[in-house]
Amino acid sequence: MGRTARMRGYSVWSLLREGVGGHRGWRPAWRDAAPKAAYDAVIIGGGGHGLATAYYLAKEHGMTNVAVLEKGWLGGGNAARNTTIVRSNYLNDESAAIYDHAMRLWRGLGRELNFNIMMSHRGVLNLAHDDGEMRQLKRRVEANRLNGVDAEWLDAHEVKEFCPPIHIGRDVRYPVLGATLQRSGGVNRHDAVVWGYARAACALGVDIVQHCEVTGIDVRGGVVQGVRTTRGDIKTSKVASVVAGHTSVIADMVGLRLPIESHPLQALVSEPVKPIMPCVVMSNAVHAYCSQSDKGELVIGAGIDPHISYTQRGGFHIIEDEIAALLELFPIFSRMKLMRHWAGTVDVCPDASPIISKTPVKGFYVNGGWGTGGWKATPGSGHVFADLVANDEPNAIAEPYALTRFATGKLVAEHGAAAVAH
Amino acid sequence: MLLVPCPNCGERDQSEFHYGGEAHRTRPTAPETLSDDEWADYVFMRTNTKGVFAERWCHTAGCRKWFNALRDTGSDAFLAVYRMGEEPPRLGGEEKEEAPADEAFA
Amino acid sequence: MSVQAYRLEDGGRIDRTAPLTFRFDGRAYAGYRGDTLASALLANGVRTLARSFKYHRPRGVLTAGSEEPVALVQVGGDPATTVPNVRATELELYDGLEAFPQNCWPSLGRDVGVVNDALARFLPAGFYYKTFMGPPLNWMRFEGAIRAAAGMGRSPTAPDPDRYEHVNRHCEVLVIGGGAAGLVAAREAARTGARVILAEETGALGGGLLAGAPDAVTIDGRPAWAWLAEIEAELRAMPEVTLLTRTTGTGWYDRNWVTLAEAVLDHLPPAARDPRLPRQRLWRVRAKAVVLATGAIERPLLFHANDRPGVMLAGAVRAYLHRWGVAPGRRAVVATNNTDAWRTAFDLAAAGVEIAAIVDSRARPDERLLARAQALGLPVRAGSAVVAAKGRSEVRGAVIARADGGGREDVACDLLVVSGGWAPNLALYAQSKGAIAWDDDLQAFRPQPNGAAARFAGRAAGAFDLAASLRAAAVAGAEAAGIAPEHVPEVADDGVAYALAPAPKPQGGRVFVDLQNDVTTKDIRLAAAEGYRSIEHAKRYTTLGMGTDQGKTSGLNGVATLADTLDKTIPEVGVTTFRPPYKPVSFGAVAGRQVGELFHPRRTTAMHEAHVEAGAVFELVGDWLRPRVYPQAGESFDDALQRECRAARSSCAVLDASTLGKIDVKGPDAREFLNRVYTNAWMKLAPGRCRYGLMCNEDGMVFDDGVTACLADDHFHMTTTTGGAAGVLAWLEEYLQTEWPELKVYLTSVTEQWAVASICGPESPKLAAELFDDIDADPQAFPFMSHTSGHIADVPVRVFRISFTGEVSYEINVPARYGLWLWRLIEARGAKYGLTPYGTEGMHLLRAEKGFIIAGQDTDGTVTPLDLGMRWAVKNSADFIGRRSLFRSDTARPDRRQLVGLATADPATVLTEGAQVIAEPAERSGRTPMIGHVTSSYFSPNLGRSIALALIAGGHGKTGATVHVARRGAAPVPAEITATDFLAGFGERP
Repeated sequence: MGRTARMRGYSVWSLLREGVGGHRGWRPAWRDAAPKAAYDAVIIGGGGHGLATAYYLAKEHGMTNVAVLEKGWLGGGNAARNTTIVRSNYLNDESAAIYDHAMRLWRGLGRELNFNIMMSHRGVLNLAHDDGEMRQLKRRVEANRLNGVDAEWLDAHEVKEFCPPIHIGRDVRYPVLGATLQRSGGVNRHDAVVWGYARAACALGVDIVQHCEVTGIDVRGGVVQGVRTTRGDIKTSKVASVVAGHTSVIADMVGLRLPIESHPLQALVSEPVKPIMPCVVMSNAVHAYCSQSDKGELVIGAGIDPHISYTQRGGFHIIEDEIAALLELFPIFSRMKLMRHWAGTVDVCPDASPIISKTPVKGFYVNGGWGTGGWKATPGSGHVFADLVANDEPNAIAEPYALTRFATGKLVAEHGAAAVAH
Repeated sequence: MLLVPCPNCGERDQSEFHYGGEAHRTRPTAPETLSDDEWADYVFMRTNTKGVFAERWCHTAGCRKWFNALRDTGSDAFLAVYRMGEEPPRLGGEEKEEAPADEAFA
Repeated sequence: MSVQAYRLEDGGRIDRTAPLTFRFDGRAYAGYRGDTLASALLANGVRTLARSFKYHRPRGVLTAGSEEPVALVQVGGDPATTVPNVRATELELYDGLEAFPQNCWPSLGRDVGVVNDALARFLPAGFYYKTFMGPPLNWMRFEGAIRAAAGMGRSPTAPDPDRYEHVNRHCEVLVIGGGAAGLVAAREAARTGARVILAEETGALGGGLLAGAPDAVTIDGRPAWAWLAEIEAELRAMPEVTLLTRTTGTGWYDRNWVTLAEAVLDHLPPAARDPRLPRQRLWRVRAKAVVLATGAIERPLLFHANDRPGVMLAGAVRAYLHRWGVAPGRRAVVATNNTDAWRTAFDLAAAGVEIAAIVDSRARPDERLLARAQALGLPVRAGSAVVAAKGRSEVRGAVIARADGGGREDVACDLLVVSGGWAPNLALYAQSKGAIAWDDDLQAFRPQPNGAAARFAGRAAGAFDLAASLRAAAVAGAEAAGIAPEHVPEVADDGVAYALAPAPKPQGGRVFVDLQNDVTTKDIRLAAAEGYRSIEHAKRYTTLGMGTDQGKTSGLNGVATLADTLDKTIPEVGVTTFRPPYKPVSFGAVAGRQVGELFHPRRTTAMHEAHVEAGAVFELVGDWLRPRVYPQAGESFDDALQRECRAARSSCAVLDASTLGKIDVKGPDAREFLNRVYTNAWMKLAPGRCRYGLMCNEDGMVFDDGVTACLADDHFHMTTTTGGAAGVLAWLEEYLQTEWPELKVYLTSVTEQWAVASICGPESPKLAAELFDDIDADPQAFPFMSHTSGHIADVPVRVFRISFTGEVSYEINVPARYGLWLWRLIEARGAKYGLTPYGTEGMHLLRAEKGFIIAGQDTDGTVTPLDLGMRWAVKNSADFIGRRSLFRSDTARPDRRQLVGLATADPATVLTEGAQVIAEPAERSGRTPMIGHVTSSYFSPNLGRSIALALIAGGHGKTGATVHVARRGAAPVPAEITATDFLAGFGERP
């Protein structure tokens, strides 16, 4: 189908024009809607995945009588808290399909949304520190290559060339022996993605409702009837849950148990400095990943806290371990300073792969369980989830992520590629 | 850093403990009689409560004993601890007050 | 060197007998011990210290403390020790200090980046979201330039030579802040004998009192500074009180776990830094109660060009006068909405600075202040506000106007002192979700303590008059220790109660809210107009408060501006989330000693010394350092490997197998327990016998394997993989304690108790016979898969006749302290049999020749025992962990990936481990379907050809079929699927 959003265009020309005119002509990027009494579909969760789902529902499936309900401010959950790494170098065919689908969408997304999401394809290195990791990463890089995902192998000296601040001496506990490189991988601007999708979805007619918490889901005879919210009841036959961190809480409203645990996931930034880190570096063994934002901060992700918690607060010892790990790879950063650290709540699945699925409740769809790696999938996730919601059937990319895989045993095991061992 | 009330050793830093997730999951005694769905429910499905949650911890750097706890996953406040095999205590107002309330963060 | 033209004749807590020289921006200056870089530069008349982030506007010194947003410098030019983004207001001066301005090129004075300021109208908040989206102006082209322009200081480029430490403490009362309130609170708490820790951010105790004249107030009848000295002495004499200076409360976590960052050496000249001390310490304090005496932060005023160097906060100016003996100008305008800034005006006048005007937005300032101003001859403009600063690069004047906009006058001045009132400093408290509430009288948020764990003393409590502030402190300190306050200090001050009006609204122009990130009121209005109306959205859209100061001085003005734009109240708009740390902390301090050698442990076996002497190449397996091969002089890695593996099958070889996990399993139900955790049957294993077993998780996937020996009917010796040992023990314990508490079984890790030398090869029985005192080594008498106990030279040994190579083997276990001795004995006795030490690489190769798996290499968490072709190890007689999962529809599929052998068509081609297997002889142009991957691959010296193991879809039914192994940049390698045992028919069988 393919609809085109009508928005007041952003461009260098509009900037110049508004600059001369004192910037009086800009309009709200999206309309802060009040909820209506009924919609064709209600998306719970105004983060990246939820807004992308709404956008593609409207654009690809012509469903515009759609509401996105966000309990707080738009993009205030994990979209606001992640380290924005984008890559698609996963091991399994099923994963390559969805993450590379996302990667293809990322490429043109800024133009499509008419919002600069600052997609920076600066390259992602996944380091190997011992023989086992060499073997695993070589397996992955070859699988990527045959799946059409760009991936190459670098030896330690090539790693140093690509990322000069890294230490490749063999005198450390976790020497760098080599790495995979996905050149198309990189980082982008999380807020811009949220705002860009919101603006584009809104332009297509989607209602974006902030400060509207879903308190219940009405089900009759195994079929969704509507949702109850802090801003009134809404009738709808399709409810799509896209609430990273709280998937189990929403699923519980229809009596569904999921293979998900919710854990704190922490991240931190340093003070801003001039460019020093040219790419993204990830290491499973020392458990660190790091890039540098356009503002100059080193952006560093930690591993999950082991306990279940919805507090969006983790233990400082995790931050200590994380920084120690960073210094193992980058001893030159020891005098840099921790400026801010924070946590989000992530849904962790046992196979480190997401759930994009119909459920036993007709009209209730789940997209969650992305663990530590949901950001990179945002456009792909929204795209295939919109397809599922619109057609009530998963497409080929979404199909492997059905809930039924936990009964059949057909898991999509991605612990090695998911960056953070669960 | 959480302060975990080990029933044997007292309150200790979280870093001394291993977390065991949902409590009171009992391994089926005759797995072969279960359907795939029923087996998956034991192996994979989890109660993942936001609020008062029964969970297991092991004091690995202490007494090495597993125990159960009731903790509010919305505030991380421990409300009760009890031994393996015991039923969760009923949380009346009294227990709640006795619990090491997480005052600064409630 | 310039003279310190702005230094007062006397006064200040500086040591005028200790002159120091330092360099800034390439020039030498003089200062005194006790100065900060900011005070010394101000004394020298240097007012521009930095360029701003976006517009490269000149920026000076706004504050006198850690809340400073703009006076940031790079300290030190050494690539290993340079530090970026250091607040000049906190940096204690030392002789020889060298600091550099940041974010300017080619120099601070002439910065080409200032062109951005001229283009500012085209660079509003978020301009980058609206352009650079596609060709030809795509983002990747612009990003480099944007990145280079952003950032601030520069990262070090060489490893940090300094050391950092963690200190762990428990205490009853932790007091954050060492001003008068903190000291009073600490004294009250300490009366009980409680352990009290007080952390003061600066180098001196006293806080706000140091920003007033030594006798500005009297406390308990003593002049302020004399009182300070006395209470400090009193606290120092108390054994349970720890007073920490240069120590900032940075993070407040669950259950009063607080981090304090202490700068130990940074204030000293490098030559005077004690090498035994760490550069910084991170105190990790678990406190029963916390008293926040964190003071207050002054709010700047909003007017056009309020970012010009020379615009300074009133409290800071007072601090420069009294603490450092510096008058930062000659002619000052003091602009305020409150009583407190008048004191600055009076103190400036007393220091000889001409007061051009006191501008108070309140129509009726306090009579006593007016009288005092009149007595001093200071001109007052009540009901007026400064609406603009004048001056091209630094302040040269102020434009004053009445509230109605009339009565505009230009007043010349070189110092524009501003105060928008004080706000309790609650960042540390709010960080941990402590509740705060707006106080309209105070025009600030004050704490709403919702429990007894957090208490507030002094101005942090919202008490701005000293008497009330110290009363609050005494109560907070006493109650934190569980008593009633006893000693509430009596205060005599000027008697003017703190009062203020809402800050005057800006009258247009370029009004800076966040001086570090160059966020103006227009930016915030634009954000609101574009729908970024939540304070969190506005913050993110404009970058308000996201700099290194985290908005300490800009937050409230940002919220006020947004509230004004949206026609809401400040509490309706709310505040953004405070995040730890309160101020930036070195990564080094956060990591502590857990770096370098101490990052993660490396474990070595009892025999390690011998391997080092033999020139072994090591690898890490789990945490263990294991010999990988033992190359001889001039020998390559591969040649050494081939030699070792030939020896193992032709003569005799020895492996240090000490690292294998070893678990002692004992108890009447031990056998039943093993039967539940292993996939195979254990009920009939006789004492003296060994058995190989597989372990699965409940998902039916193999995760570890090993041989377990039956020592007695109720006693077993279990071995695990080296890397899996700890995990297996934990897993076993978990099942025992949580699922099967009725089983009487005791598990003990004995990995470190035993050192293990495994000898194998055709000559090994002879060597064994020679070694053993009392064991018959004959393979017939001491058969495969049995074990026994005995002695070697009277040392007790346990010997297992088990083999990971397929050769006749003796795994000799001795108490670990005899490990090295045993290794050397074997080497000495074995020499005549051609004994060759071999490492892990040889072990891997030898076992692959026999098709034995390595859990974690040939399995990856998705492989069942059946996939491995090990149906013989799966019992039908009873349940075991994971058994049910083997019957799920997908797990029972016949075309699962199954372990097979691969023989390349060309025997010389050694496949790459991890290589993907495809069905077709050539790769396709798009996606090429994969049917498996190579898990293990070697050149076998004993077969004279390459061998490999692979997991291949439906592989068990495809023996003899040809598959193809893909390679980057070369044609796939054809290979035939074979059985996994390449030495079938050879070797020992049970």
